[in-house]
Amino acid sequence: MSFEITVDGRPVPVVQGQSVGAALHAAGITSWRSTRREGRPRGLFCGIGVCFDCLVTVNGRESQRACLVPASPGDEVTTS
Amino acid sequence: MTGYDLVVVGGGPAGVAGALSAAQAGLRVALVDAGPRLGGQYFRHRAGSLPSGRGADRFVRQCRALRTRAELLLDHKVWAVEQGEDSVTVHVMAGQEERPFTLACRSLLIATGAHDRPLPFPGWDLPGVLTAGGAQALLKGEGVPAGRRVVVSGTGPFLLPVAAGLAKAGVSVAGVFEANGPLGLARHPLLAAGKAGEALGYGAALAGHRVPYRTRHAVVAAHGSSRVTHVTVARLDAEWRVLSSRTVECDAVAVGYGFVPQIDLAVQLGCATTHSADGSPVVDVDEGQRTSVASVYAAGEPTGVGGAELAELEGRTAGLTIAHDLASGEGGDPVPGVLRRRGERLRAFARALQEAYPVQPGWQDWLHDDTLVCRCEEVPVSRIREAMDLGATDARSIKLLARPGMGWCQGRICGYAVSCLAGERPQAPRRPIAQPITLGCLERIEDEQPH
Ligand SMILES: Cc1cc2nc3c(=O)[nH]c(=O)nc-3n(C[C@H](O)[C@H](O)[C@H](O)COP(=O)(O)OP(=O)(O)OC[C@H]3O[C@@H](n4cnc5c(N)ncnc54)[C@H](O)[C@@H]3O)c2cc1C
Ligand code: FES
Repeated sequence: MSFEITVDGRPVPVVQGQSVGAALHAAGITSWRSTRREGRPRGLFCGIGVCFDCLVTVNGRESQRACLVPASPGDEVTTS
Repeated sequence: MTGYDLVVVGGGPAGVAGALSAAQAGLRVALVDAGPRLGGQYFRHRAGSLPSGRGADRFVRQCRALRTRAELLLDHKVWAVEQGEDSVTVHVMAGQEERPFTLACRSLLIATGAHDRPLPFPGWDLPGVLTAGGAQALLKGEGVPAGRRVVVSGTGPFLLPVAAGLAKAGVSVAGVFEANGPLGLARHPLLAAGKAGEALGYGAALAGHRVPYRTRHAVVAAHGSSRVTHVTVARLDAEWRVLSSRTVECDAVAVGYGFVPQIDLAVQLGCATTHSADGSPVVDVDEGQRTSVASVYAAGEPTGVGGAELAELEGRTAGLTIAHDLASGEGGDPVPGVLRRRGERLRAFARALQEAYPVQPGWQDWLHDDTLVCRCEEVPVSRIREAMDLGATDARSIKLLARPGMGWCQGRICGYAVSCLAGERPQAPRRPIAQPITLGCLERIEDEQPH
């Protein structure tokens, strides 16, 4: 089964059970935030919730670890 | 007193085996894991599927048995543990909404596994560069390959299953670059340890997909602007200094130099630690997996990285010991001799692997002045060297001056590298909070049991 979420308004397909981070990575979106100081792009690194590189805003909740948050139909993901 | 006889933190091979053997002995057990499914790292699997790989059938049976005998608290993160007079208090956050509550238990089993141990190199923070375990977790748990053309690099036998898994998933693996091991795959230590089937299986998978395996080689730089597009692969001497280099195109890198045992909870409780052969601080345990603190036990990677088979065995041992200790007071050895001897063999093998795949100091020459060591606080190696010039002689004082390890990940990712740069062995981490907890969550903290 699959469904969609949006990333900055753009639809991204998700396979049931996937995390937000995995869905983004699979869609070719490999970075979704910039670092505070140097504005460097960041996405998945450790994949298991340890590095905090993958922080993202999901349905208005900031600083969620994309690799841990399960995607639900209609989730709105905002990058920064 | 209320609560459980045993709370197990971690639902990998160690935690599941520990919880089950204790529950079968009649104890009232709860198992807590941050993830949505049992399995931990080795048995990680996709939603709606079953774990695969060696030992998976047995693990699935153990999980089924456990479901009827113990309380499973999945999607629950443990952020702190405290010892009280006659019980241990486990602070938990439940679900995505992170509802806080506490569990009380007579004994605690810490089976929290490990995380990857990366080394910094120029461009290691480019998107598309993942840890080896991260690439593996993405593939096993989510069905998503790290990229279309992936380079695997680092050191240790774990690179083999990562590369073989990617190749089987149809990914073009541009090469496996193993920084150690002048012996090559044909004389891999797995073969010497009677694990020929495992080593040959990976070897055949790599050969079948025409994946080159090069020893004394490593990715020493990654390049690209918004995502990695190519890497510099170097031929190394025995100390990992660069002899020559070339460019390899790829859209993802999986890199790992071993694992770091997750021992935060044990350190919170004051459990004694020691160092394993790979230099990692680990929880010191006796033959029955007892830590130095009464009622607190540890099994699996927190007592030293040894893989899934040893983790399961230590978990079983811990479960038996805990049942024995609760029934008859501490002390004594309830562990059958066969288990103990198998444990000794597996531990000797784990030590041999750690010794065969050490981290050599030459990686420090791969860094440029502006290469980030701490990804969270964006601390380049130049700032760390400045701190050392100012008189910082150990990782702790470097941290105070240059702030590596002060960000979100609390030094989990850069801690090992900072210790190496400081010229010392990594110290046991002091983290009063094992998982980030929001202020809102702290305010909601209430004492209640789950139903
Ligand atoms: C990312 C990664 C991928 C790996 N993949 C493989 C592989 O494919 N093949 C292989 O042979 N080895 C793999 N390993 C090596 C792995 O360490 C062992 O194979 C094996 O899984 C160890 O078993 P364990 O029971 O000790 O710990 P784990 O299997 O790691 O289980 C520990 C469990 O504890 C949970 N946990 C940790 N802290 C908390 C907390 N504070 N609150 C709640 N839950 C917590 C975790 O969610 C995890 O499920 C991997 C390691 C890593 C880091
Ligand atoms: S990728 Fe490391 S925390 Fe999500």
